[in-house]
Amino acid sequence: MTISSEEPELRALMLAGLGGDEASHKSLLMKLSAYLRAYFKGQLARIGRSASDAEDLVQETLIALHTRRHTYDRSQPLTPWVYAIARYRLVDYLRRTKAAKMDVPVEEAEGVFAVDDVSAVDSGLDLTKLLAQLTPKMRQAIQFVKLDGLSVSEAAKRAGMSQSAIKVSVHRGLKALSLLVKERRLS
Amino acid sequence: MRTDDLINFLGSNVEPVKSGQLRNTLLASLAVGAVAALCLMLVILGAPDEAFGGEYAGLKFLGLVFTLGLVIAGTSFLLRAARPGTPGRRPLVVIGLLFFALLSAGIITIVLSHPAVWGEMLFGPQWAACLICIPLFAIAPFASFIWALRKEAPTNPAWTGAVAGLVAGALGAAAFTLHHPAGSIPFILLWYGGPIVACTLVGAILGPRLLRW
Repeated sequence: MTISSEEPELRALMLAGLGGDEASHKSLLMKLSAYLRAYFKGQLARIGRSASDAEDLVQETLIALHTRRHTYDRSQPLTPWVYAIARYRLVDYLRRTKAAKMDVPVEEAEGVFAVDDVSAVDSGLDLTKLLAQLTPKMRQAIQFVKLDGLSVSEAAKRAGMSQSAIKVSVHRGLKALSLLVKERRLS
Repeated sequence: MRTDDLINFLGSNVEPVKSGQLRNTLLASLAVGAVAALCLMLVILGAPDEAFGGEYAGLKFLGLVFTLGLVIAGTSFLLRAARPGTPGRRPLVVIGLLFFALLSAGIITIVLSHPAVWGEMLFGPQWAACLICIPLFAIAPFASFIWALRKEAPTNPAWTGAVAGLVAGALGAAAFTLHHPAGSIPFILLWYGGPIVACTLVGAILGPRLLRW
């Protein structure tokens, strides 16, 4: 598959996901992860870096795509938005690991995302360890809503918090997680 | 962690996203910044004698057109820059044209006037106040923009920071001109334009540090 032929379908999934459709959102992230994997492996190999960090980059980018999805303009194609985020994550990664940013060319989104790659899918991230670093409130909200699959109202009842407090905690928790994921490489 | 697990994690119980959220956040930060600059002006300089009209009404109007033109063009740039993969540098051209128009008008004014009044024209009584007050008034709008932009996803933090600085400087200059209109067009160019450019440079330097995500 190529991303340009899949663009209409991916965009439809994105729009449904923005509307709150869980299955579409998961399916979108699943499909995009394959393109991201091929992109990061290709770019890392091209500049002579080990491809072993590709999966970390895939996961960082998936988190960014999820937590920043409100920055997608619904009237625009999806691919350039995804590519810009993936490239930003790669540039940020190279800077954190002390490599020249000039190594990452600005290309047409269709060109770099030409192919997908659905192979191996593990990273050095440990979700349990990362969650342990969050505040108890965030950790509990994420545990209930994201891991146990409770609805927001069920989670609110069980935690004795209001529904909006649960939503805020999940939102902040995800932001905090994405920061932890990035800082992990520095420590 | 397996990527599939992460996707399941991120994808369970997704909240709907309101459309126009980014736009509303940025416009709200613009409003907060503008009000803050205006209040600081009123606190430091006091209420203007004549908010509209007066001896220099024409130059006050010109100062407002220039600064608010920069605010509008700069904000439209920021609305795009906050979204990854949204091309569009047309607002930067508009900003360039505003400066070019003012520069041309300033040079024409100088050429057409007698050399004896050049000094008075360029160094009117308020130039030092401009130099201090405009960057001072720009601090709150700049902080407000940065706060809003950190929630978004600017992929070019240096340019984004620069334009945030430019809009903040222009808001500071607009607040200042409401109180003290400039005495001549070259004065606007030098003592409004200069501090605005300085705010832009500060924004360009701070952007990459403050806007990382």
